[in-house]
Amino acid sequence: MSHDHDHTVLPSDLELRVKALESLLLEKGLVKRDALDAIIETYEHQVGPKNGAHVVAKAWSDLSFKQALFEDATATVAELGYFGRQGEHLTVVENTPDIHNLVVCTLCSCYPWTLLGLPPVWYKSAPYRARAVSEPRKVLSEFGTSVAEHTDIRVWDSTSEMRYLVLPERPPGTENLSESQLQGLVTRNSMIGVEMARPGNEGAK
Amino acid sequence: MNGGHDLGGRQGFGPVNAEPECEEPLFHSEWERRIFALTLATGMLGQWNIDESRHARECQHPTDYLKHSYYENWLEGLEKLLKEKDLVAQIEQHAECFRVPDAADARKILSTGNPTLLPDSRPPSFRSGDRIRVLRRQQAGHTRVPTYIQGANGVVVDHYGTHVYPDQNAKGQRAGEHLYCLRFEGHDLWGSKSCSQSVYVDLWEPYLEPTS
Repeated sequence: MSHDHDHTVLPSDLELRVKALESLLLEKGLVKRDALDAIIETYEHQVGPKNGAHVVAKAWSDLSFKQALFEDATATVAELGYFGRQGEHLTVVENTPDIHNLVVCTLCSCYPWTLLGLPPVWYKSAPYRARAVSEPRKVLSEFGTSVAEHTDIRVWDSTSEMRYLVLPERPPGTENLSESQLQGLVTRNSMIGVEMARPGNEGAK
Repeated sequence: MNGGHDLGGRQGFGPVNAEPECEEPLFHSEWERRIFALTLATGMLGQWNIDESRHARECQHPTDYLKHSYYENWLEGLEKLLKEKDLVAQIEQHAECFRVPDAADARKILSTGNPTLLPDSRPPSFRSGDRIRVLRRQQAGHTRVPTYIQGANGVVVDHYGTHVYPDQNAKGQRAGEHLYCLRFEGHDLWGSKSCSQSVYVDLWEPYLEPTS
């Protein structure tokens, strides 16, 4: 980040190590510069949580699409153009007043890239990976999310190549919002399950 | 192996301290952006698979794994794989064996992914509703059965078909095993206070045994 980066200091060991590695790989022809650019461009500009928000808002608006998602999420989102690396196999799990779903990868950082892009730092951190499975209510409370005592919390540990997306509850009072307005309510965190979707009065912006 | 990466249920890590969603950049410094792209691009050479890549990161000393930031672990893993596979020497001596992706190839590979579903070679041993126990397995190689559910009893909730088996795949042998989604009750895993919470874990058939 530019605001806390002082350009007068020497580059860190990590910067130097990565730079040396990149120079070596380019020089030996093991990678091509335009391929590196294409990879970065894909995840900075093409693939991100707006894809998942599209899927969620469509599921809120279209019952037959929602049913298709539960039957075969991989094929259903592929029809919208969302398929690829770290999204080869997909399951969508629905939050209801009785069930709250939460996604984690305790062993590494598995995450539905095709719908959410690259995971945030906290998702890959030791505290989240350690605690999401054992004390999900406490973890949720650290995100400001409280779940009723009787609600069944289901934590999905992504140990295989199956990727999980949470379908958050549609906020009340949103019956008159269009699909594109609904998309504005669907946050990345709500699709991981650590937060709820935004309240309906924030949709029409 | 149950190295520093096998974190489920471990204590003492403190709060999550998430950056607010609207404020978090995709990468926190330029070197993270570069090692991300380098890892994906070199992976596209087809010299190793995703489980070998995961195993390379896990093999670090647990202290190092936990001390490093996420992308530092990627850097460690990539350096290890490049050395193990001796790729610099390989491309110098056998350039004809390498197809190095350009931008169009890279985009195509990202959009195609690498599905792991394989044809069934035998029928599954379990079906939805079956009660199973997770075997205790202390083995040195790569595996995707977390320590915290080993020995636990669970119920099969779904059968995902035959998928590439990570324990073999990490040794470069692409073989399939039946993959199941299992439900474990929180109070069985963590004690009686952990009511109305459960954990769903995807596990391959060799990790499981039936219970009566």
